[in-house]
Order: sequence, then structure tokens, then C-alpha cells
Amino acid sequence: MSTATRRPAPDSPMAKLGGPAKWFDDRIGLAGLAKKQIRKVFPDHWSFMLGEIALWSFVILLITGVFLSLWFKPSMSEIDYNGTYAQLRGIKMSEAYASTLDISFDVRGGLLLRQMHHWAANIFLAGMTIHMLRIFFTGAFRKPREINWLIGLGMLMLGIIEGFAGYSLPDDLLSGTGLRIADGLIRSIPVVGTYLEFFIFGGQFPGDDFIPRLYIVHVLLIPGLLLALISAHMLILVYQKHTHWAGPGRTNRNVVGYPMLPIYAAKSGGFFFIVFGITALMGALMQINPIWMYGPYDPSQVTAGSQPDWYMGWLEGALRIMPNWETHVAGFTISWNVFIPGLAVMGFLFTLLALYPFVERWITGDQREHHVLDRPRNQPTRLGFGVAGITGYGLLWAAGGNDILATHLHLSLEAITWFMRFAIFIGPVVAFIIARRWAIALQRHDRESVMHGYETGVIVRSPEGAYSEIHSPISSERAYILTAHERRPKHSLVSREDVSGVRARKQGKERLRSRLSDFWFGDEIPKPTVSELEAAHEHTHEESPVVGDGHHVGIETGGQTGGDPFELDESTT
Amino acid sequence: MRFLSTRRRHPLAGLVVVLFALVVVGGLYSAFRPASADESTTDTQLISQGRRLFVVSCATCHGENGQGVLEKEGGEFGPPLIGVGAAAVDFQVGTGRMPLALPGTQAEARKPIFTPQETAALAEYVASLGPGPAIPSKDMYDATNATPDEVAMGGQFFRTNCTACHNFAAQGGALPHGRHAPDLTNVPAKYVYEALLTGPQQMPKFSDAVLKPQEKRYIIAYIHSMATMPGYGGSRLGFLGPVTEGLWGWLFGIGALILAAVWIGNQGVRAGKKRR
Ligand code: HEC
Ligand code: HEC
Ligand code: HEM
Repeated sequence: MSTATRRPAPDSPMAKLGGPAKWFDDRIGLAGLAKKQIRKVFPDHWSFMLGEIALWSFVILLITGVFLSLWFKPSMSEIDYNGTYAQLRGIKMSEAYASTLDISFDVRGGLLLRQMHHWAANIFLAGMTIHMLRIFFTGAFRKPREINWLIGLGMLMLGIIEGFAGYSLPDDLLSGTGLRIADGLIRSIPVVGTYLEFFIFGGQFPGDDFIPRLYIVHVLLIPGLLLALISAHMLILVYQKHTHWAGPGRTNRNVVGYPMLPIYAAKSGGFFFIVFGITALMGALMQINPIWMYGPYDPSQVTAGSQPDWYMGWLEGALRIMPNWETHVAGFTISWNVFIPGLAVMGFLFTLLALYPFVERWITGDQREHHVLDRPRNQPTRLGFGVAGITGYGLLWAAGGNDILATHLHLSLEAITWFMRFAIFIGPVVAFIIARRWAIALQRHDRESVMHGYETGVIVRSPEGAYSEIHSPISSERAYILTAHERRPKHSLVSREDVSGVRARKQGKERLRSRLSDFWFGDEIPKPTVSELEAAHEHTHEESPVVGDGHHVGIETGGQTGGDPFELDESTT
Repeated sequence: MRFLSTRRRHPLAGLVVVLFALVVVGGLYSAFRPASADESTTDTQLISQGRRLFVVSCATCHGENGQGVLEKEGGEFGPPLIGVGAAAVDFQVGTGRMPLALPGTQAEARKPIFTPQETAALAEYVASLGPGPAIPSKDMYDATNATPDEVAMGGQFFRTNCTACHNFAAQGGALPHGRHAPDLTNVPAKYVYEALLTGPQQMPKFSDAVLKPQEKRYIIAYIHSMATMPGYGGSRLGFLGPVTEGLWGWLFGIGALILAAVWIGNQGVRAGKKRR
């Protein structure tokens, strides 16, 4: 990387190609850099491709979006519709809406591209979301990757705003209903809300300026920002190298995988076509946002089933279950009923996500770099938090679709609302407890597998007539994977005190930290020590008639760590 | 005219005039009275048949004389029917909502219990209790030859007045207190018209002052045009809006992509083994 500023010597890899490639390389001289990059190693696992779902659907959004922008007219001036769709002919509507109808009915391939654009938007955000969950549960956000975690969050937020902006462009009934809610949110900001509204909408909602402004935001501003962030994200990724799963030969100091060219590029390129194909299939076969059914936006109309796209659904849910609280102070009305669900909930979730890596690091006291991923079960507390978050999010989602739930499950809207009002606080706690216990149970199971092998399902009867199931030892590779995580001693208050005579206040903070840390690592199942393993395996020898050999070869557990609580697991490097 | 003027002093002239007047009045009456009454039975017969049916099937909830049973303790209660008109009965009984099957719940459309003739009798009886909207005639609700302009106007009226409860594609929607507005796509035109006239349960009444008769017909035309519309752009996913779209995006879109990712991930492992 660092040698890339010089012109390459005559034996540049491009020199062999001759002709234009050489000409080009003589001037730009990126071949050396490229040569290094194409040998860059990427580890292989399906979960590492989730981010690519987001990346490729972004590319699809760019392609289809450019197509749409050739026909879309971002204007709110009123015209009479005269296109193909008979049910709306002669109706007054904005040019934006009319041009979207034209894209749908009069432009060849327009409806397909429009639907692909919208499906790709849904998949883009869903891809980012599951990618983020993967990062979270495997601890890939840990040092040194906090910056990429924050960039990722930034992209998620921008994606949500971008999607909402796109959803608002066609100026159909749902667009307008959504915008009116957004307008309400803006106005609910204490003190400055009304001024902000005037500033953003160029007057009172909806005004005439808004769609042209939104259009620039949608096709230029946010895609530009996203592109910049994606580039940064990828550069940092390449520079820091990808994380990988634990396994024999895979350490915190290396990356094991396939080189960029040809294997990884082929896979990744192939994946683009799969994403494209699935999006095209959905665009061709499944209606999305049938704006002709909604009709043009008219402030006097509403429709049952007006919801935002899924990525705003949780905020809609928060709005729907929020009690109708307002305070009147000195002539001003503070609309808690809008402010809390709309802005506070969103701010809360994203702040939590942004701070998480730093909070976890503070609690565990773990300042080291990590390039080997955690199996989620080996971090029960983190897993618990993640599952609690998913539960809360899911409940808000369900609340956002409360009318659909009510009609399809024959429930009453009030019952759903009241259930959700409690469930949103209780559900995540319950989910946390269950997920954490479950992870610990899985740890116990891992320990059993390492010590006694896996259950073969073969039952044998001994000469005395007793039945037992044969356990077969697991492969040494498997055993390595199951024992690769480190055993973490709890954050120790005493040792900290020894280091320096800390002041009382600091001590209080340390005590809190120590208590949190106790909770964090509490109930973990210790992985077997070498001596435990040997003892267990002799035992297996005795009772099992079918022992392959080598079952304790190569099983190296980290061993009991000594004074330094965080020693690198060097046993396999 | 000479024929009449020369005979106007005939002894039977008075009788002829009275008869003639009766025929005219009768003809006018039969032209303008509610249409569905069976021609073979006279009104009084119909009314008394209706009263008999009413006492048996409806009186427990609506009272002997349709005055209503208002205390809710008994479990069986119903609003007074005086002045609801024949249209209300034709709608409620014709769609099978009445007699109410489960007291205390929303009356659901189901297979009607009474024959059309019995329904007409009940309607006639209830209409005789007090004046109310009559059963509309076919030319009022029949929208099969509505022009495209009329359909488009119907769409406008539909979106302004109906989508809030019945959803943008008339698929129905949830209302407070466990009630719901039903799917309208397969409701016969006559019942749509009657529902508009009488406002069943939570639905507001759209009297002729609110929606003119021809506007009601446009709405019917629009509802029926949606039922026969081609599925532009593929499956409608139930026409329920973004909730189902999100569901499909996750289940189908992300689901298929994760399967593909797992498949590609596994491919690599095999290629790796071959090279070794
Ligand atoms: C089990 C009790 C019950 C029975 C039996 C019953 N009804 Fe009803 N009916 C009701 C209730 C309750 C309502 C009001 C429904 C509402 O508003 O939710 C009602 C409403 C009506 C209405 C609508 C009134 C309006 O304001 O538009 C009509 C018409 C009607 N019933 C006719 C009948 C007829 C005719 C029968 C007999 C065939 C009948 N009902 C039998 C309980 C009953
Ligand atoms: C306030 C909500 C509301 C509005 C607005 C409304 N409806 Fe209804 N509608 C209902 C409810 C609730 C029912 C079910 C009544 C019942 O259970 O008997 C209903 C029933 C109907 C039915 C009978 C359906 C059947 O299954 O037989 C028709 C037809 C109908 N509505 C048409 C319309 C039309 C057309 C409009 C617009 C002009 C409209 N409604 C506006 C709430 C509404
Ligand atoms: C990050 C990416 C993007 C997201 C999440 C996104 C999302 C959306 C959504 C949800 C819609 C509504 C579609 C509909 O009518 O159903 C939309 C419309 C639109 N988008 Fe995008 N978009 C993105 C990028 C782009 C780009 C890069 C362009 C152009 C260069 C673009 C151009 C348009 C245009 C012109 C419309 C309006 C036409 C229409 O509504 O059919 N979009 N976008």
C-alpha cells in the first residue's frame, strides 16, 4: 500500500499486458497497489455476505433511480391527468403524482423499474439491518472497528431518511399522510418546531416547494453522502482486514480466506447478479406501492392501511401506542404524544447503538484489538441485549401494523394498544433473560461435546443389561472451535485499587463498573481445562467401543490465565 | 273528445270517472312505490305476513312493535326500527346480518335466513311503522354502463368518504372497539346503495343531501371497476398497503438472499478443497 505513490519499474505487472494497459499504468501507476489488493484475502462465511446484500441493492437503487429520474417531474403544480389510467383521468393532481402515474402506465418498463426501485429500497435497508445484527452479535464492532460501526449506523440513518424521502416523492395519498406525520414531528420539537417547519417546507405544510427540495435531497444529497460513506466503509474494511471465525490456524494476527481475485471477486460479483435477479423478480411479480390506488394527496382524505415502509414502521408503532399526552406551558403546547414516540424513541435507539461498543468496552475493561469473532453464545449478556433490542423493535413493528393485526387476527385495536403499552417494557426484559440463559445452556452443551463427544444416537446394551448411548469424540477442528474463546476473569476491584490510591468518587464509579462486570460475565460455563479433558477422554475410552484416535490431539484450550486478566490466546500461533 | 263530451251526462259517467281516477292513481302508485314488493300479494297481505315473521324472529330484540329493546342486561336488545325504512331491513336481512346471530357482537354478513319474498314482507312491515328510505330501484344503483368519467368521479368520492374505514382498495379495515369495516369488493350494487342510505352500525348515513343519488352510483361503479382491474405490476399482496409489502420484502426478499448467501458460502469451501 505504501509504495503506491511511485511509478512502477519496467517489470510492472501491467507491463506484460502491454498496449493501453501499460500506457495507462505508466501514467497512473496503480498497478503495484492493485497487485497487492487483488491478493487481499477475504474470509468466507455466508454471514459475511449480508453487508453485500446492502451494497448491491444500493447499486440497483442507483441504476433504477437514474432511470426514474429521467421521467419523474418534481413539481407540485396542479394539472389535470390525461394518461392511460382511466380511473383517474380528469382528476386534478400534482405533476409529481402524474409523472409517477406516467412512469407506471405509459413509460415502457417503467412500472417494473419503479417497483424494482422500491423493492430494492426495502431490501437495502433490511440488508443493512441484518448486517448490523451480524456485526453486533459476533462482536465485530470491537476495537479497532468502532469507526466502521459508527459509519454503518450513519448509513443506516441516512438510508432511512433516503427511503422516506423517496416514499414521499410521488405525492400520493400515503406520501402526503407520511409527510404530514413528519411535519407533526418537526413541529413537536419544543420551542423551535414551528420555525423549523417554515424553514423546511418554505411556509406552512405542504406548500409548493417541498417536493422539489426533497427531490434534490433524494437524488443528490443523500446518495452522495451514502456513496462517500460506503467508500470510507470499504476502505477501512480493506485496510483493517476482515474479521474471521475462530478455527485452527486462524488467529488474531492473520486472516484466513480466499484471495480477492479470482475467487472472492467471482463470488461477490455473482452475488450481485443474484441480488439483481431477485429484485427484478419481485419487481415483476409483486406489486409495491400501487400509487394509482391511493390517489393523489388530498389533505381531506385518509385511508385504512396507511403505513410507512417497514423501516419507519417501528416509529409508526410508537406513535400508535403512545398515550395522548400534551402539556400547555405559557401559551405553547408541548406534544409529548408526538415528540416522545417520534423523536425521542428514534434518538434513544440510535444513541444506544452508537454508544454500545464503548459501553461494552468500559464494562469488560477489554482494551485489546479483536480480529477473531465471538460465537454469539459465548457472549450471553451481549446476546441478551441484542435479542432484547430485536424484541422491542419487533413489538413496535407489530404495533405499527395494529389495524392489520386487528382485522386478520380478530382482535380489538384497544386490546392491542394496551397489550403493547406494557409489552414494550416487559417484553425486552423477558427476552433478555431467556436469551442469556439460552446462550449459557448452549455453552454447557459445548462443554459437554468437548468433554464427552457428541451423541451418536447409537444405544448399546452392556452384558449386564444396562443401556447407554455411545458418545463419539468430536473432531479436533470442532473441539478447537468450541474452545477457542478465552476465559475471562471478572473485572477485579481489588487489583485496580492496588494500582493507585484512587479517590473515593472514582472508587464509586469503579465499584459500579465492577458490579456491572460481575453481571456481564456471571454464570458463564468455564470451558474444560486440559486436565479435565484428559480425564474425560480416558473415561470415554473405557465405555465407548468405537473410539477413533486423535480425539485429544490438537485440542488446545487456553489454559487457566494467570495474573494478567487479558492474555492473548497464543496457543495456536 | 266528442265521444266523451256527448256522454258526460250518462248515468254511469260518474262511475267511469271514479274508476278512471282509481286506475291512474293506482298506476302512479305502483310506479312510484318501493319496487320489490311481490305483485301477486297485496300490501296488506305482505304487511301482515311481515308482521308474523317479525314477531317470531325479530321481536325478542326489537320489541313487539319494533319499538326497540333498550336495556342491555337481558342479553337480547336492539334499536327501535320505527323510521329505519324498508332499505335498512332489505340490507340487514338480505345480507344475512339480521336476525343477529351473536348478541353483543358486530352483525356479520352471512347466508340470508329469509327468502327474498319473506325479506320483502319484513321490509314492508317495518316500512309501515314509520316513513324511511325505500328500497332503491335497479336504475338507481345499477352502474354497469357507467362512463369512464363517472368511474373516475366515483373514485374521488370513494377516496373522500370511504377509504378511511374501508381501505383504499375496499379491502376493509379495523375500527375501534373490535369492530371492522368489511371488504366491499363483492357486495352487490343494491346493498352498497342501501348501506349508503341507511348507514349500518358504525357506518355514517350518506343521505341524498350528502351524496346525490347519481354520486352513489358512481361510487358503486368505482368499487366494481377495482374488482375487475388487472393486477398491474403483479400480485396485489392483498392490497393491504406497506405492511404486507414489508413482510414480503423480509420473508421472500431477504429470505431468498440469505439462502443464496449460504449457498455461495458453501461453494467456496468446495472449490477450496478441490484446489488442495
Ligand atoms: C339478537 C338480537 C337481534 C335480533 C334477533 C334481530 N336484531 Fe336487528 N338489530 C339488533 C341490534 C343489536 C342492532 C343494532 C346493531 C348495531 O347498531 O350495532 C340491530 C339493527 C337492526 C337494523 C338496523 C337499524 C338501523 O338503525 O339501521 C335493522 C333494520 C334490523 N336490526 C332488523 C332486524 C330484523 C328485520 C330482524 C328479524 C329478522 C332482526 N333485526 C333481528 C339485534 C337483533
Ligand atoms: C366510519 C367508518 C365508515 C365509513 C366512512 C364508511 N363505512 Fe361502510 N361500513 C362501515 C362499517 C363498520 C360497516 C359494517 C356494518 C355492519 O357490520 O353491518 C360498513 C358496511 C358497509 C357496506 C356493507 C358491506 C357488506 O358486507 O354488506 C357497504 C356496501 C359499505 N359499508 C359501503 C361504504 C361506502 C361506499 C362508503 C363511502 C361512501 C362507506 N361505506 C363509508 C364503516 C364505514
Ligand atoms: C439509497 C438509496 C435510495 C433509496 C432507499 C430510495 C428509495 C426510494 C423510494 C422508496 C421511492 C418511492 C418509489 C415509489 O414510487 O414507489 C423512490 C422514488 C424515487 N427515487 Fe429513489 N431511492 C434511493 C436512491 C435513488 C437514487 C440514487 C435516485 C436517482 C438518481 C433515485 C431516484 C428516485 C426518483 C426519481 C423517485 C421518484 C419516482 C417514483 O416515485 O417512482 N433514488 N426512491
